[in-house]
Amino acid sequence: MSTQPVTEAELQAYVDGQLPSARAVEVAQHLAQHEEDAQRVAAYRRQSEALRTAFDPLLAEAVPARLRPGRPRFWWLPVQRYAVAAALMAVSGISGWHMHAYVAGERTQTVYLARVAAVAHAVYSPEVRHPVEVGADQEEHLVRWLSKRLGTGLKIPHLAAQGYTLVGGRLLPGERGPAAQFMYQDMKGQRLTLYVRVSKEAREQTAFRFAQENKVGVFYWLDGRLGYALSGETDRAELLRVADAVYRQLNP
Amino acid sequence: MHRPASDEFATQAMQYIPRLRRYARALTGDPSAADDLVQDALERALVKQSLWREGTDLRAWLFTVMHNVFVNQVRSAAVSRTVQLDDSIAEQPQPQSTDRLEIRDLDAALQALPEEQRTVVLLVGLEQMTYDEAARVLEVPIGTVMSRLSRGRERLRRLMQGLPETVPLKVVK
Repeated sequence: MSTQPVTEAELQAYVDGQLPSARAVEVAQHLAQHEEDAQRVAAYRRQSEALRTAFDPLLAEAVPARLRPGRPRFWWLPVQRYAVAAALMAVSGISGWHMHAYVAGERTQTVYLARVAAVAHAVYSPEVRHPVEVGADQEEHLVRWLSKRLGTGLKIPHLAAQGYTLVGGRLLPGERGPAAQFMYQDMKGQRLTLYVRVSKEAREQTAFRFAQENKVGVFYWLDGRLGYALSGETDRAELLRVADAVYRQLNP
Repeated sequence: MHRPASDEFATQAMQYIPRLRRYARALTGDPSAADDLVQDALERALVKQSLWREGTDLRAWLFTVMHNVFVNQVRSAAVSRTVQLDDSIAEQPQPQSTDRLEIRDLDAALQALPEEQRTVVLLVGLEQMTYDEAARVLEVPIGTVMSRLSRGRERLRRLMQGLPETVPLKVVK
């Protein structure tokens, strides 16, 4: 009685124990008569053993902290980390970002807000000739335009009492659609930017949170559907003073 | 809509982290690149967790996510990691012990495999997936898994045994 010829796929399946047992017996008979195939099968089995011998110790190793849930890096910003990191580095060689206000398990989205805001600040605030798309001289147009694009009525805080005048604003790509950036500067030319983005669903209000990267500090918070982030290369107390003023103007 | 990472999902995913690390280590040939890959995959999995259907095989799903991340990285990498096998084996520094030598040889030989063969050899040989599981992880037909497995194993054998690299084409039925 003749059996079906043994295929290459069946030899592989024999190596891996994935053949039905009746067929495995037939393949074993084939191997008894075909030295070359038998050698290959033996070599492939040794390969798999060698792989496990070499790499199985990793199974017993403690998982590094950065891969464990509940740790910032794992939870952090699961969105387009590379794009953001690349933008940061392209802009000013920023690396080693730290979110000091980070609490494990915190919503990643607000962290993302702070981050994109900081990137946008780093990109546009050093701009001499084109810091904004629409200048403060057309403030009414600016607010109408950005309100329309973001699909919600925006208000532009006035920060003269804090020593900052409006430079203007621009439209930016946010993570889920358009976002707005308003730029302010003080007498010395020190600039702050207020980043605003809108979510489809209303979220609860959050407290101010602070994030810092090298020189750029960010206070950020959520207020219903809107997320705000105030960024500046200024000290934390000063930034908080202004953030507080922004918040109070937006929530009279 | 984006939703916050669910603890439940993370808890379930966590149990597979050691296996993801083992696979990634063999795949990349580099411990820190491997953990970077696992981390990227976990982050992506968190974003995409709504696409995983409860009750289906989470391990396979996580491996699929990691595979896609890996493939994207390989494709976008300016420097390809592929086929420089003779050099990479010849230039290995002298090992301190035979254990290290064996692992390095295996590492070097694995890295010398084309990525598509390496993944199959590892999913089947190391991770011990069925061909069907491997096909789903890689999102290719099972016949493709079989032919890559066959070519990958033969190439690996020749590399490890110092045989000429040319592999006669085999017809896989």
